[in-house]
Amino acid sequence: MDQKISNKQQEGSKVAGVSADCASCPVHHAANLKKLGVDMESWDFVVALAGNPNTGKSTVFNALTGLKQHTGNWPGKTVTRAEGGFEYGDNRYKLVDLPGTYSLLATSLDEEIARDFILFAQPDVTIVVVDASRLERNLNLVLQVLEITNRVVICLNLMDEADRHQMKVDPRRLARDLGVPVVPTVARYDEGLEELLAAIHEVANGETLAKPYHVTYDNPKLDRAVSQLVSQIEDAFPQVPNARWVALRLLDGDERIIKAVVDGELGELTYTRDDLEGASVSHVSNKSGFAQ
Amino acid sequence: MNSNYEKILKSARDLRWDIGVDFHEKTMEALYTDATRIADRAVTYPEEKPRFDLDRTIDKLVTSRVWGFPLMILMLTFIFWLTITGANYPSGLLFSLLIDKVHPLLKAGAASIGMPWWLDGVLIDGAYLATAWVVSVMLPPMAIFFPLFTLLEDFGYLPRVAFNLDHIFRKAGAHGKQALSMTMGFGCNAAGVISTRIIDSPRERLIAIITNNFSLCNGRWPTQILIATIFIGTMVPAYLGGLISAISVVAIALLGVLLTFVVSWALSRTILKGEVSTFTLELPPYRPPRILQTLYTSMIDRTLVVLWRAIIFALPAGVILWISANLMIGGVSLAEHLVNILNPFGLLLGLNGVILVAYIVAIPANEIVIPTIMMLTVLVTGGNGIGAGSGVMFELESGLATLNILTQGGWTLLTGVNLMLFSLIHNPCSTTIYTIYKETGSAKWTTIAALLPVVMGFVITFFTAQIWRLIAGW
Repeated sequence: MDQKISNKQQEGSKVAGVSADCASCPVHHAANLKKLGVDMESWDFVVALAGNPNTGKSTVFNALTGLKQHTGNWPGKTVTRAEGGFEYGDNRYKLVDLPGTYSLLATSLDEEIARDFILFAQPDVTIVVVDASRLERNLNLVLQVLEITNRVVICLNLMDEADRHQMKVDPRRLARDLGVPVVPTVARYDEGLEELLAAIHEVANGETLAKPYHVTYDNPKLDRAVSQLVSQIEDAFPQVPNARWVALRLLDGDERIIKAVVDGELGELTYTRDDLEGASVSHVSNKSGFAQ
Repeated sequence: MNSNYEKILKSARDLRWDIGVDFHEKTMEALYTDATRIADRAVTYPEEKPRFDLDRTIDKLVTSRVWGFPLMILMLTFIFWLTITGANYPSGLLFSLLIDKVHPLLKAGAASIGMPWWLDGVLIDGAYLATAWVVSVMLPPMAIFFPLFTLLEDFGYLPRVAFNLDHIFRKAGAHGKQALSMTMGFGCNAAGVISTRIIDSPRERLIAIITNNFSLCNGRWPTQILIATIFIGTMVPAYLGGLISAISVVAIALLGVLLTFVVSWALSRTILKGEVSTFTLELPPYRPPRILQTLYTSMIDRTLVVLWRAIIFALPAGVILWISANLMIGGVSLAEHLVNILNPFGLLLGLNGVILVAYIVAIPANEIVIPTIMMLTVLVTGGNGIGAGSGVMFELESGLATLNILTQGGWTLLTGVNLMLFSLIHNPCSTTIYTIYKETGSAKWTTIAALLPVVMGFVITFFTAQIWRLIAGW
């Protein structure tokens, strides 16, 4: 039986819906959350906020940090402006709001910044904020993020909008299919944020072992090519956590990744040290969690 | 440029030709296809009926507010009914083989080689009969109950039980995961105590450890089943006997769950005050259990292990019982002395001296309570020609014969009911106590965990007896 218990696939989250019941539920100890604003002298974990535009990323960001980040488009290169901190449990978290993107193919500056942060800064947790009422479109990004990292929490936001459209979104089913925690929220009304924090805490501390879904390509030729490249990449960059994704990008001729190979950046993962003020580069204790 | 890096890029270039020019389109297509499929499964639109999803349908049913608990109780009752009715025949078969056939053979063999009466008594009437009894009574129900329980577990039902119970535990000020350690305790309390390691907070873990004893364990199921069968099952027409017995066993098990909540609640408001911590409970997908493998592993891992433990404890207990029944002090055996000393206190609790002595003898293993009780009862009531002689552990083929002996020993329905209650609510077995000490590292908490239930048992049986006698005017 204890096998079943420890079989942490993080499938059906206990938090099955956002309703009035939540308010009376003991999960809701607002006291557990300490909003730190921009006070981020030191932190234990770095958390990235990714998601399509207009899914409420900044609302989530503001709710967690207590900052008043302009909800709207992300200003550009300067990540510092979209950083804030919060304390939850015994840990201090640094939260980085990434620009809203539809994909991580780096076809635009926004996408490149978002992707580079997730790839090179290796945040301890990446929250993907998803619009529950436009799930299909949002999942394109989710699946791409899952190719890069397995330390993901899905924030199934805008559950109220889905309700209004009389759509029923099943977070448990989604968590089971994606293999990572899924937390339904209505960030605007602070619903589900405690559960989100708990999920972040569990992923950050390695208590949740994700089995992220990976896109399947029904193509033996491609699979052979990928596995050949993967073994080469792993030889050259033993610490790269997502060789499969890198191989796919190289096969696709992705200039940014080719460049990362050429100047060995992929092996050093130092890209963000200057740009992102050392977001998490020095924080290597959790790298093993990336193993794929 | 590093030559390794160059090689990677070169093979990427070469492979790119290999896999065809539409690579990008193909991969994007795969991405969108998968996204569509996953979204499709998770979303139900207003105009269409919810897609039939077996997992979700089952989950809705078994974790539903309305149906969750009734289904749980129904399933448990069904399993016990199968166990009780199914175990009857093989039990009788084993009994007639081991006790009616093999025992006289052994006695005859011992007599033919001129074995002294005391050695013959210790070995054959004490050790052998105790072991034979444990095997014939415990093996059949375990061989039915454990595979069924393991199948349910493999199927993924137990986490749903935890899910159903979770909010009650929170209200009791305990950790929701206690639902899981409690479920483990239904197998074995020592295992249940170890499984509380999944609870991080020391306060909530202590609550889970102290209350684990209220989960009816393997060693106690046979006692419950037997007493329910002979006292409660015989009160109704025969065709209902099995069902009614099963229901009363389930009722005792549920009372244990209720006590778990009540005691957790009381502890978290007195000596173990504190905040409730939160956690995420994963519900694994339902999987069709692999039936043959389950049967095999539950046989090896559970049935045989538990049986072996019972035998190891029954052997010396049989020897000790035989000796104490044959060691005379002032014309009365040691066992009878003990019974007589404890009898007034026992009667006050609606029990009797025999039961209390049996529980002292059975501290190492609850499994041997019933054989001890039977032996002592015959001893005290003078035997009346039933059984093979004084100090012999024996069993009778039919429940009615057992009932007759017990009635002769002054047993009433109240004694049976209170024995069931006391079997649920008394000190943990020595293995569990030792495990608690190892897990907590504290003599204080071990003492509390050992004494709290036995004191509660005294209180509860006392009040049951007083109220019963008041109503029955007895």
